Amino acid sequence: MASRTKGKADSGFAPPDLRAEPPATLRDYYRQMTLIRAFELRANEMYRRAKIGGYCHLNLGEEATVVGLMSALEKRDYLFTTYRDHGYALARGLAPGAVMAELFGKSTGVSKGLGGSMHLFDAKARMLGGYGIVGGQIPPATGAAKALTYRGDPGPDAEAVMCLLGDGTTNIGAFHESLNLAAIWHLPIVYVIVNNRLGMGTTVERASAEPELFKRGCSYRMPGERVDGDDPVAVREAARAALTRARTERQPSLLETMSYRLKGHSVVDPATYRSREESQRVRDLDPLPAFRSRLIEAGVLDDDDAKALEEEAEQQVAEAVDFADKSPDPQVKDLFNYAYATDVANASRRLPAEPVFPVADDSTGGAS
Amino acid sequence: MTEMTYRQALHDTLRAEMLRDDAVVLLGEEIGIFEGSYKITAGMLTEFGDQRVIDTPIAEEGFTGAAVGMAMLGLRPVVEIMTLNFTLLAIDQIVNHGAKIFGMFGGQTSVPMVIRTPGGGGQQLAATHSQNLEVWYAHVPGLKVVAPSNPADAKALLTASIRDDDPVLFLENLSLYNTKGEVPDGEQVGEIGRAAIAREGSDITVISYSRATLIALEVARQFESEGVSVEVVDLRSLRPLDRETVCASVRKTTRAVVLEDDWLTYGVGAEIAATIQEGAFDRLDAPVRRVAAAEVPLPYAKPLENAALPTAQDLTKVVGEVLDATRFTR
Repeated sequence: MASRTKGKADSGFAPPDLRAEPPATLRDYYRQMTLIRAFELRANEMYRRAKIGGYCHLNLGEEATVVGLMSALEKRDYLFTTYRDHGYALARGLAPGAVMAELFGKSTGVSKGLGGSMHLFDAKARMLGGYGIVGGQIPPATGAAKALTYRGDPGPDAEAVMCLLGDGTTNIGAFHESLNLAAIWHLPIVYVIVNNRLGMGTTVERASAEPELFKRGCSYRMPGERVDGDDPVAVREAARAALTRARTERQPSLLETMSYRLKGHSVVDPATYRSREESQRVRDLDPLPAFRSRLIEAGVLDDDDAKALEEEAEQQVAEAVDFADKSPDPQVKDLFNYAYATDVANASRRLPAEPVFPVADDSTGGAS
Repeated sequence: MTEMTYRQALHDTLRAEMLRDDAVVLLGEEIGIFEGSYKITAGMLTEFGDQRVIDTPIAEEGFTGAAVGMAMLGLRPVVEIMTLNFTLLAIDQIVNHGAKIFGMFGGQTSVPMVIRTPGGGGQQLAATHSQNLEVWYAHVPGLKVVAPSNPADAKALLTASIRDDDPVLFLENLSLYNTKGEVPDGEQVGEIGRAAIAREGSDITVISYSRATLIALEVARQFESEGVSVEVVDLRSLRPLDRETVCASVRKTTRAVVLEDDWLTYGVGAEIAATIQEGAFDRLDAPVRRVAAAEVPLPYAKPLENAALPTAQDLTKVVGEVLDATRFTR
């Protein structure tokens, strides 16, 4: 059990040396982070303009975590996420237009407009869903890892599963049942607690008897580690190490990334449970300007490069909104298309005001 | 045709599907070394090994949800949950996940899994171990729910359920396991969503499913000696529900009684009665009656348990009342 607790005074983490990284990699991380930031700010705006319905949870403040985790995940790996999933979809390579279209409930959305913000899915990208029920993704992710053990032997090229969850989720039964299964079945899976310190408005300390959440893996003899979620390189390194254990040893791990939500739990939450000072502190810790400054300091970017990436992100998001806006709504005639995967006799295709027996036959008095 | 028990039919069908398709895997509590609480999986671990026959810890939500994920990646897990009562521990994974994943994600991945589980009371297992909660699952779009009453249907519907790409709740019943019947040899693939006319008749229809169908058939035979021709509709599938077969029968007989093991209020019979009033109202000679369990947590004491559960006597009484109310002359 290793926790990186020394170094950087503020967060307690030692930042990795950026000079050891290829500049193009770092530049790409910043590009992805700015894209997610721009996308989420625009989603926030679109929600307020009633283009987006339902719940809408943003990754604002978690961009470094998202990019770090997704950089560690290989194409052959599978991803299960929480409902705070927009950034992961983008970093996994899903088209911003298709993601925005899903938020808009359009037929061109990644889940054909049937899932919405919380339920982004792309089978080809092996992004096997955002899940709206807290922790609902954990048992299926565990089962997916079990399924991988039928496909081949452990090794550096083996497939693995990454399952994301929030800090509040570590208190549900399914979390513990799943970690236990993963350990006794030796599954190639990495559970990642994206700890943003708050489950809706409840702090980790109020909710969890062991607030150092990565330690909960101890009960299952599972390696646990806590990393600075504001640093994409640190996150990537920890995730990669855990994924390697999963691939080569079928040793599941529990990783905890520490970050802050810049805004409320969802778009409609003003986060009044945070004091003015706390809100200011969170803004001061915003990973985007912090990473930008570090890259400029390290000579990876200059201000113009950064601005160009930011403008590029704005442009991409504008195109995504345009695509979503112009996309068609799903058709009511298709309402029952995905009721069942295998057609079945007597499946209902009735709309609310329609009778159970649509065709009245006078001679027999009703159904036909 | 071979005569065998319901238990044997389930066992043989599981084995045949395991032999046919490597993607079929079994998981559940005590199904391997212990050979199953009801011995349905006897011998399976020895024959197929622990990758195909997976003993799980006592963690219904965890392993049922794991089966959802296994199914998403192409396996065809058949989960045994020791009793229907324990499915409540897994209900989030069954209802919020298994039933939703195909539709909610726009048909990108199916969830081909089966949950086998016995319901039913009458074994003095008291309130928490005697429930008939199948209607909870039959309420949910995205799930299929089948409840065969005899060994032949058990074979045909279990085969169909395993080969189906949707999650299927396969309802068994503790008191059916030792019942015997003729089972056709060779591959039999039933059709989910179809009721059966278990016995033809012309004077009154009794609609039932699972264990209750055996009672309905017994009562029908008794009435025959009195010159009353009872038709028995065996629903077999609770979701989808074959409303047409039910209504076609009632339009013919003009009288209907539902026999169900679940509680009356909001039960299967309520749905059947509503279906009949919409599909056969003007042919109905009497109100639809329901014979259903008394609405109490089922007591342990035998006299009370007997009183609370529907019996052949209860059905005989109600069928007689409906016949009398319509001045049927016996």
